[in-house]
Amino acid sequence: MSKRILIVGGGLAGTITANGLCRQLGGALGKGEVSITMLGNTDQHMYQPGLLYIPFGAMRETELFRDQRKVLDRRVNFLLDPATNIDVDGNKVECQSGKSISYDYLVIATGSRIVPEEIPGMAEGAHWFYDLDGARKMRNALAEFDGGKIVVNVNAPHKCPVAPLEISFMLHHHLAKRGLADKTEITYTYPIGRLHALEPVAHWTSAEFDKFGIKSETFFNAKSVDPAAKTIESEEGSTLPYDLLVTIPPHRGAEVIEASDLGAGGWVPTDRYSLNREGSTNVFVVGDTTNIPISKAGSTAHYEADTLVDNLASLVLEGRTARPYDGKVFCFVETGMDTGTYVWFNYETPPNPGPPSKMIHWSKLAYNRLYWLSARGLL
Amino acid sequence: MTTTTIDARGSYCPGPLLELIAGLKLIEIGDEIEVWSSDMGSVKDIPEWVAKVGHEMGETVEQDGYWSLRIRKSK
Ligand SMILES: Cc1cc2nc3c(=O)[nH]c(=O)nc-3n(C[C@H](O)[C@H](O)[C@H](O)COP(=O)(O)OP(=O)(O)OC[C@H]3O[C@@H](n4cnc5c(N)ncnc54)[C@H](O)[C@@H]3O)c2cc1C
Repeated sequence: MSKRILIVGGGLAGTITANGLCRQLGGALGKGEVSITMLGNTDQHMYQPGLLYIPFGAMRETELFRDQRKVLDRRVNFLLDPATNIDVDGNKVECQSGKSISYDYLVIATGSRIVPEEIPGMAEGAHWFYDLDGARKMRNALAEFDGGKIVVNVNAPHKCPVAPLEISFMLHHHLAKRGLADKTEITYTYPIGRLHALEPVAHWTSAEFDKFGIKSETFFNAKSVDPAAKTIESEEGSTLPYDLLVTIPPHRGAEVIEASDLGAGGWVPTDRYSLNREGSTNVFVVGDTTNIPISKAGSTAHYEADTLVDNLASLVLEGRTARPYDGKVFCFVETGMDTGTYVWFNYETPPNPGPPSKMIHWSKLAYNRLYWLSARGLL
Repeated sequence: MTTTTIDARGSYCPGPLLELIAGLKLIEIGDEIEVWSSDMGSVKDIPEWVAKVGHEMGETVEQDGYWSLRIRKSK
């Protein structure tokens, strides 16, 4: 009987997995021995890192989107039908349409979402760029901004650990260009006792912030925002006034994960090497939605998906897995409007970023374009 | 009272303290988290933050190649 692979979520991890499986299982797909189905809740694939450029008008909105079916290999059966319940005991997924889809192997790739509403006042008083609507509103607020106090507030957990730094540098350079640097004070807040989770990045950031006059406050976890008084208060007891509040809101996994009781906060307990959902041998988890204690980033999703493709293809064809995931994460860091650096690490190797350069900035810009090739599994 | 274990060994980013902060948002007051960290820095920075924010620090035990730190959510 044909083996049915079902992928829930058509973001980066789900798409790379689906396309990679088509390549490795081409023969079996052709003979009808395997089928690959994907459930999505949108027919547009969004390039999320591009959201960083929207508030500055540095990328057009249309550049962020591609038709999901065009990003996917034609052999994937893509259904625009969000999953409403994932039943790992019954090996089936229920969808919004009422359909129930059974599987032999399930890949959960439903990503993460921002939940500003969990901090009182945040949704009303703050701006963010982590979704398109927020990035548009931030673009408008920034256009009207004519100097004053900007607070860039980072909350845990969040995806893309470098975006908060990048937005701070970009805000500085953008406002300097508009002649507002002298009238503006940027304060960056971070949940732990340094400026970034990665110690070498925190160290480097501290020197860069000094260079640009960006202030900072560490051990700051937002407790509430008062939109009328224009202040943000931390769990640690500090209150900061703002004229423009830019926040990286806390995140949760997808609603369907919590609704299906698959993990607190929407994070699915996952074996860090095999990427199996804990307790299931035929359910795999990739991308932001795992509870693995590593960065929720596109590169993580990419390396995990590559590993899963090898393992799932080997399982289907040969009944064995191919290799463990080594925890690799790689991130570009934009350090201004025209320089950048990068950092990589895995479970065993600590991070060690090099000095910023224009060359690395151009590589990131190139990556912005190459993303679509990478989602299609061609990189 | 329930205890949730966060295995943050080998986590460079976000790291044990950020995992703890995120984990505390998902449990009830009075519940506990046991964080496993292979980073010796956690022995200092976790109790420092826990004291600052007003949760309660339980015992810290050195295991084979890692530390286990117990934290009770108090607010
Ligand atoms: C502003 C910003 C900048 C970023 N910059 C970078 C960067 O420079 N480098 C980097 O590595 N990463 C970056 N990231 C992070 C990166 O985009 C994510 O980590 C990555 O997309 C995770 O992939 P994923 O497949 O797990 O989740 P996603 O790509 O978010 O995909 C999840 C998919 O699942 C779908 N879904 C959810 N629920 C359901 C359901 N019930 N049924 C069906 N489908 C569902 C969602 O609609 C979505 O399409 C950035 C993110 C943002 C927001």
